[in-house]
Formats: sequence, C-alpha cells, structure tokens
Amino acid sequence: MSMKLKALLKSAWVFHLSTGSCNNCDIEILDCLTPRFDIERFGMLLVGSIKHADVLLITGSGNRKSMERAKRLYEQIPKPCLVVAVGECALSRGMFIHSYNCPVPIDKVIPVDVYIPGCPPKPEAIIAGVVKLIEKVKKGTEKKSSV
Amino acid sequence: MAKTIIPIGPYHPLQEEPEFFILTVEGEKVVDIDVHIGYNHRGIEKLSETKTFDQSTFVIERICGICSTSHPFAYTRAVEDIIPIEVPERAKYIRTIIAEGERIHSHLLWLGLAGHFLGYDTVFMWTWKLREEILDVMEILTGNRNNYAMFKPGGVRRDIKSEDIPVVIKKIDSIVPTLEMLKKAVIDDPVIHARTKGIGVLSKEDAINYCALGPTARASGVARDVRKNSPYGAYDKVEWDMIVTHNGDVFDKLVVRVLEVFESIKIIKNCFLNLPGGEIDANIKDIPPGEGIGHIEAPRGECFHYVRSDGTNRPVRHKVRAPTFMNLPTYKATVIGEDISDATIILAAIDPCYCCTERMTVCNIKRKKIYSGKDLIKLSREKTKILRNKMGVK
Ligand code: SF4
Repeated sequence: MSMKLKALLKSAWVFHLSTGSCNNCDIEILDCLTPRFDIERFGMLLVGSIKHADVLLITGSGNRKSMERAKRLYEQIPKPCLVVAVGECALSRGMFIHSYNCPVPIDKVIPVDVYIPGCPPKPEAIIAGVVKLIEKVKKGTEKKSSV
Repeated sequence: MAKTIIPIGPYHPLQEEPEFFILTVEGEKVVDIDVHIGYNHRGIEKLSETKTFDQSTFVIERICGICSTSHPFAYTRAVEDIIPIEVPERAKYIRTIIAEGERIHSHLLWLGLAGHFLGYDTVFMWTWKLREEILDVMEILTGNRNNYAMFKPGGVRRDIKSEDIPVVIKKIDSIVPTLEMLKKAVIDDPVIHARTKGIGVLSKEDAINYCALGPTARASGVARDVRKNSPYGAYDKVEWDMIVTHNGDVFDKLVVRVLEVFESIKIIKNCFLNLPGGEIDANIKDIPPGEGIGHIEAPRGECFHYVRSDGTNRPVRHKVRAPTFMNLPTYKATVIGEDISDATIILAAIDPCYCCTERMTVCNIKRKKIYSGKDLIKLSREKTKILRNKMGVK
C-alpha cells in the first residue's frame, strides 16, 4: 500500500469536486494550471473522470444534495488515494456553519489527508499544501519501510 | 434520477459548479433540454437574515466568487434604499472601480473558457495570464484576490491610497496591448467565425420574452444596461459606451464581452482621474423599518436584491435574484435544433457554469449512446479541427 502511494506522487492526477462552493476556490484551483503558477510542471493534471484520479480535491461546504454524490464518487476513486480539502468551507463549513443545508463538515463523511485553509486560499497556498501532502506521504512511507 | 429540485435561492450557476443539464437529442440534433440545479444551495438568504446588516455583506459576498462585488453592491444599495441615504462621492467612485475590475476579470475568465471549449487552449492560457494582472490590481486595492470585503452599507470599508494609483494605472495600461492583440486574434479568426457565427441564435423577441439580461441580451440587440438606464455609483459621471450588437449568436456574445473589457478599462481610468476627496463612509447608525431594493449591472446581467427591515439590526427578509437565473431558460431558445458539438459552446455562451457541462448527460434516443461532458468537448474540438483542415488554416 505505502509503496503504491509513493509511486502516485511522481505524477498525481487530480480530480476536482465541488460540493457547493462559492466558486472562488474552484477558480483558484484552475488558476494553478495557468501560466503564472503552472502546476503541470510537477506532473499534476486535472482529470475529468474520477476513475483516473489519484488525488481528490474537495471544495465547498457540502450540502445535503451534493454530499450523497461526493460519497459515491469517493467510493469510485481507485485506492489508495489522497484527499485534499481546499478552502474554509471544506474545512469547517466556514461562513455556512449555521446553514440548514450544510449539516456536517466534509471530513465527517470522507477521510481528509490535508487541509488547505483560506477563503479562498491563494494558488501559492494550494501549491504549498500539495507539497506538504507529498512530504507527509514520503515520511509515512519511510517510517513504515524502516520498521 | 431522484428528483430533489430546489430551483430558486441564493444559487448562482457558474463554472465549476455541480448542476445537471439533460439534453435530449435525435441523431445530431438537440430536441430538448432540462436543467437540474440545487447542488449548490447553501441557504444564504436564510443565513443573511440571522446576521446583522453589517455582517451580511460578508455572507452575500460568498454567493458567488466571481461576482463577489456585484452581490454586496446590490445589497448595500438595497439597505441604503431603506434609510434612504446618499453615499459619499469618494465611496461611489471606489465602488465603481472595484466593480469594473471585477467585470474585466470575469469577462476574461469567460473568454478563456470559451476558447478552451473550442479547442483553442492558447486563448485559455493567454486570457488567464492577463487575468492575473487584474487580480494583482485588485490585491493592491483591496488586499485580496477575490472576496474583496470592500463594501458596507453606507460606503466602503477601505480607502484607496494615493500612492497606489500610479502603480495600478501602470499595471492596467500594461495589459492593453496584449488585450488588443487578443481581440484581433479572436475577432478576426476565420475558424472562430465558422464555429460561432450563426450558432445558438437568440432573437431579439426571444431575448425580451425570456427576460435575458446583461451581455446575453445586449448581443441580441436589447439595449439594456443598468449602468446606463438607472445609473448608480459613478457611472453617470464618467464617459463610456454601451456595447450592443444585433445578431444574438455566440460570436456576438463574445464580441460584446471583449469590447466591454475595453470600456471597463476606460471607466476605471476615468474614475481614477476624477477621484474626489472626502469621506468614504456615511456612518449609518440605525436602519428604520421599511423595505428597499438594489439593482446593479453584474458582469452577467442585472443583479437584484430586496431587503426588508423591521427596525432591529437584522434584515427580516432578504431576497436575491442572480442574473444567470434569468439567462438559463434562454437555452430553450438557443440549444434546441443545434448540433451536439455546438451545444457546449452555446451553453457556455451565457457565461454559466462550466463544470456543469462536465456533468451533462446527453441521451441519444436513437443510438442509445450516452455522451459525457468530456465527449462533448471532444466532439466540439474535432469540429474545429475539421473546419480548420477544410479552410486550410494551420
Ligand atoms: S472557502 Fe471561501 S472562497 Fe472557498 S468556496 Fe468557501 S466561501 Fe468560497
């Protein structure tokens, strides 16, 4: 399992899932792909199908209608996979914590590996978050292999 | 499919958002379209009613990331309508500058996505690179790339520093040559002509009947712009033109948006030139019982807010109507009868959500084939390729 995860990090393919966001987080993610930030340099690519993805990028506060779909998508992603929550909404529901339509935070439904705070996080922050994720997995695998 | 439809609410269908389009096609022709929304419903109207008038602006800002100026602008105007109160001149100018900056980045964003759909990823990369410059300008002026938090009932929260102005003007001037180049590249391109001219035509009658708004209506010859028809902010004090074209097809919608970017630059520069001094906040203390409306021209059309107050510090009712809510039904007039490969760009032409196309299901009754959004983009790109080969464009 850990070896496989390590192999994923060479070129992580990302699927982006919006569960009821205000769009800003989603646009900042797209921004990461455009010339100024260009994360494709690191082998990261947004993919259109969950079946091709290694990393699930979640934004938004998770409303009743979209969370069911998010759960189903999480079941379909090939394991092992990594889950990144982007934005205050995905972390704690941020401003929508008292909304009648956002009952639970996302990490109660889907296990999240890395949280990237901000409303919206700047593209720099998103890239830094992904770097942290890679470090985390590398450390995890090293520890396991050394034991 | 389970039918849980929440069709109204603080919902702004734009790109990257989950929502459903169901197109019914026969052969290559689209015969019906259905839109399912509600995946993005967060109950913002209700949330806003639990916050104070001042706090509400922050919630309202998060209705939509791209229109994070338009909604607070309309909301603050609605609150000011209850009292009623005049906003200080300087605040009016600052509001106008921020709103126009948002229009530029929103239109550039759309242009990039449209290019992406047509298979011109170069346009996508160029426009988004230009957009970064505008986001930098916004960061200098407001402190954030999006969600500016500049508006408050009665004025603006932050002043524009005089030492920032030359920097900002220089930055804006620096994008104009690239924009001109892009304008020529997009508007004179024979393949783009072939792909967008005469496609998805929205006639003037239909535009009026469907109550289309903003660039969608202006491309069909309906000369409606809140900024001209009932001026607010500083729009009546600076020189600018309303862009109206008459064909109503995708190409005209594109032209309207590209030309509007130039008008916005004009407005911003004029505002900086005439920026008056003085207060930036009217210091509203109490909001009396009553009701107020505020409407402004968002990048996608007229954005409308209604606020009712009972004399306490919280609104008792807050109603939001976003422009895409009116523009979406025009699909009924534009998509039906067109090819599937053109459906993507027609759907994108009103500037809605682009993620929606990724989730779009096309039910081909005769061949029993399901097209996903990806297939549709592929189809659209193939058509461009074929056209290019035919026309001998490399
Ligand atoms: S975290 Fe902020 S920017 Fe991101 S989706 Fe939520 S409200 Fe929008």
